[in-house]
Amino acid sequence: MSLLAPAATPSRARFSPMRIALYLVLILLAIFYLTPVFAIIITSLKTTAELARSTVWELPKTLALDSYSTAFTALAPSFFNSVFLVVPATILSATLGSLNGYVLSKWRFRGANLLFALLLFGMFIPYQSILIPLVQFLQGINLYGGIPGLILVHIVYGIPICTLIFRNYFATVPRELLEAARIDGASVIRIYRYIMLPISIPGFVVVMIWQFTSIWNEFLFAVTIAQTPTQQPITVALQNLAGSLAPEQNIQMAGALMAALPTLLIYILLGRYFVRGLLAGSLKG
Amino acid sequence: MGNERWSRRKFVSRAGKTAGAAFLGLSFADFLAACGTSTSGTSGSGKLEIFSWWTGPGEKDGLAEMFKIYTKKYPSVTITNSVVAGGAGSTAKAVLATRMQGGNPPDSFQVHAGQELISSWVKASKMEPITSIWNSEGWDSKIPKDLKDIVSSNGDVWSVPVNVHRGNALWYNKKLLDSKSVNPPQSAEDMTSALSQLKAKGITTPLALASKGGNWQVQMLLENNILASGGADFYKNVMSGKASFTDSKVTQALTWIKQWLPYANSDSSAIDWDEADNRLIAGTAVFHIMGDWAKGDFTSKNWVPNTDFGAVPSPGTTGKYMIVCDTFGLPKGAKDRDNAVGWLKVCGSQEGQAAFNPKKGSIPARTDVPASLFDAIAQQFMAEFKTDTLVPSSAHGSATPPNFASGVNDEMGQFLQNKDVTKTASNLQKLSDEFLKTA
Amino acid sequence: MATASAQRVVVERLPKSRSLRLPPWEKITPLLLVSPSVILIAVFVYGFIGATIRTSLVRWNSALPDYTFVGLHNYQRLFQLERFQADLVNTVHFTAIFLAGCIVLGLGTAVLLDQRLRGTLFFQNVYMYPLALSFVVTGTVWRWILNPNSGVNVILDNLHLGFLKSGWLTDTHTALNSLGIAAVWQMSGFCMAMFLAGLRGIPEELREAARVDGANEWQLFWRITFPLLRPITLSAVIILGHISLKIFDLVYVMTFGGPGYATDMPSLYMWVATFAQFLYSRGAAIAVVLLLMVAVLIVPYLVWNLRGETEQ
Repeated sequence: MSLLAPAATPSRARFSPMRIALYLVLILLAIFYLTPVFAIIITSLKTTAELARSTVWELPKTLALDSYSTAFTALAPSFFNSVFLVVPATILSATLGSLNGYVLSKWRFRGANLLFALLLFGMFIPYQSILIPLVQFLQGINLYGGIPGLILVHIVYGIPICTLIFRNYFATVPRELLEAARIDGASVIRIYRYIMLPISIPGFVVVMIWQFTSIWNEFLFAVTIAQTPTQQPITVALQNLAGSLAPEQNIQMAGALMAALPTLLIYILLGRYFVRGLLAGSLKG
Repeated sequence: MGNERWSRRKFVSRAGKTAGAAFLGLSFADFLAACGTSTSGTSGSGKLEIFSWWTGPGEKDGLAEMFKIYTKKYPSVTITNSVVAGGAGSTAKAVLATRMQGGNPPDSFQVHAGQELISSWVKASKMEPITSIWNSEGWDSKIPKDLKDIVSSNGDVWSVPVNVHRGNALWYNKKLLDSKSVNPPQSAEDMTSALSQLKAKGITTPLALASKGGNWQVQMLLENNILASGGADFYKNVMSGKASFTDSKVTQALTWIKQWLPYANSDSSAIDWDEADNRLIAGTAVFHIMGDWAKGDFTSKNWVPNTDFGAVPSPGTTGKYMIVCDTFGLPKGAKDRDNAVGWLKVCGSQEGQAAFNPKKGSIPARTDVPASLFDAIAQQFMAEFKTDTLVPSSAHGSATPPNFASGVNDEMGQFLQNKDVTKTASNLQKLSDEFLKTA
Repeated sequence: MATASAQRVVVERLPKSRSLRLPPWEKITPLLLVSPSVILIAVFVYGFIGATIRTSLVRWNSALPDYTFVGLHNYQRLFQLERFQADLVNTVHFTAIFLAGCIVLGLGTAVLLDQRLRGTLFFQNVYMYPLALSFVVTGTVWRWILNPNSGVNVILDNLHLGFLKSGWLTDTHTALNSLGIAAVWQMSGFCMAMFLAGLRGIPEELREAARVDGANEWQLFWRITFPLLRPITLSAVIILGHISLKIFDLVYVMTFGGPGYATDMPSLYMWVATFAQFLYSRGAAIAVVLLLMVAVLIVPYLVWNLRGETEQ
């Protein structure tokens, strides 16, 4: 079921030249994928004085945490802005998505398929195509410039993917379960509340991990809407850290690690749900 | 569905109802503090919101000095310092635009002298003329007429200049230049030969060039060279659409850049002006053509003027002063108009400019500020400012409207790559047709 | 979740049976439940697209709105602009290298990981972790690695491979490919995940049967496995292709379109034209062109997926 489970059983064959060659390729590829992490770690642990060109790839002589404290001072407020952004946006878009998924899989009305298609299209559009009116709209309701406006935006544009994942999830719930509930006199809403909601916890985990990661990492809306200095999410603040004059690489790298940490932790701890969201959504950019 | 939903009129009425609400850059605490003191509506109390993009070391300190002077005069006014960092002011300009359109202007805001203000907010009748303040303060006798002309249109003055930066300056590593026995170049031809001599003497990229952040640095090369090849009158004509960019004087200016490029670093797109300064300090480059904010950068890196580094007008522009000037204006509908008027008076005062400019690294717009407050190069520039022909910079918003200037940015970034003089000149003329003639 | 089919198509099949019937007075409830979302999407997606189209037809090219109708003038001007022409060429070029890189690397790693070696899970996690990062982080790090003065050039110097040194992001000829390296690094894991799921969905009996018939592993891959992966490949091409058309963050962070127009993209130019140059109508026109490009790719894909749905 899960992609991350290893394939069947590893075959017991003895090592052969072929096998060694395969491992060599796997290791070379791993080096390619891990080089940036190596770069982040060694650079962020150096002092500014140690950043000379000839030694950029060498390990730091001492473990200097100065760049972390500088990056933390600069980015901590925006780190928490991102937290305040991600939590409500994730919960609310997941909630709306689960309602839609429930209705669109179990209580289909005329035109439900068309509605679903129109909803899904909203997940693929380049957001540039709605950006100008969006900014005007947010200005009009006084939500331009900061996190509250961004929360609204992420709730709205998160609806399609959340709906899709929940619809796929609820599609596997057998019809008999609902029939039985109907015979007991349960209303549409009661069925949602007492049957569908409890059994959809794994669905919520997938959706919320997906939304958390997407919103945490998002940049286009953030850089357009949340420009007030005290209201920037971490992606914008990280970019501005580099945009300010005299950017020091060790500080930028420490900042990059800080920005990456929450989603990286989710990947490490809950990778199997992350991948399921990735593939179930097949995918949003 | 139509756009009426968020029409401008609606913005205005909405913003009016919520006037004073914590909005961009105004923290809630500031807001509460301001509410606490704004009980009486008369001048000299209440609050004052000043909007700028001065967040860097020197400029931030200069602004704070002016706030101090203001607070001394109006002790019961609470100042809100609305600063928006990033992108050499482009972010701030975007934020300001949304506030101006939303009918929620700050009480006064930083703006480059001239077209940046006049072609947009003045044209849209969003500004109040400050002619009467100008006259009552007697600034005519203190601020050069050329500068007044830049901030004026239709017989009215629209903003107060607080400082003057020089855009046409050539900075050089003095010790390195002396050791190679090359003189600071006076003309563009001198520059080309100096570059080739330095290269022959082992410095492979004697010209430091930055273009990160929108190619405005290259646009400065262009406007300085047009000033050199065509003189002040031609420069003003071409920047107002009265002369053509296909003129041989412009192609001459571009050709000079093209001749210099082989001597410049090839990674200009990855570095900004301050990193180009670093190349001079490191000795891998000798020259950098940049505004006099470079001086502030050098001195902050413990480089001593006229010992470690020197400055001359950019090649061929001796006797001419390319003005990059910050000003403050008075938007219509400012919530604390009387306090804002007081602010403008501080901006234009001798005391205010004497406090602000040494920190900012610029020279005062007034000619009566004691030179002794400034470093040697600033003193040299102050003397030249009094006698030189003054022209407004296009790269920094004074000579041309913003949409023209940003188009030129693109063209100059492209010119660095294709080095095609004829094509670039004709593309520049297209921009002129589109944005200068209608302005 | 039936792995192979779930990855090939976006949409899980609904059971064949019709949904339950509701009495008339309860029919309204499902509609009420979806109505908040429907209204939000109607306004924020379709209403706003309409507003953008309108903006693209007027003369709004300063900080102040100007709703004078000018027809298709902005589009005409747009296609004459050197910068936009460069954008279109760049988009095609970038999409080609991005797709090729992701598919070759994704398929390669998936096949390797499907060889039942020990430690597969570790390598799989390593190849996929970049997916959890933001493009901003990726861009920050790769900007450093591909900076001619710090990153990979230094390694090449140390290995005495100086002739391989390059200006990377700062050279017009290599900048777009350099950007592609970072993008492939980030997204190839997605391709791998899709292919891996596809490979594991192929019944072992099928391959056994082919082996019995005397096929070698190479023939097995090209005759049996790869054809079965074709629908997944198509999905991957479409999904990655539309990501490539929309690529914004990475360009913004790594090059901001430079040097010159070497790495500029419509998505970035739209943003710059609108929010830095105040050419709102031009920005809107670029946005509409971009939307059309994405729609050409995505609408048939959605129809393909949803038709399978309704046919049942």
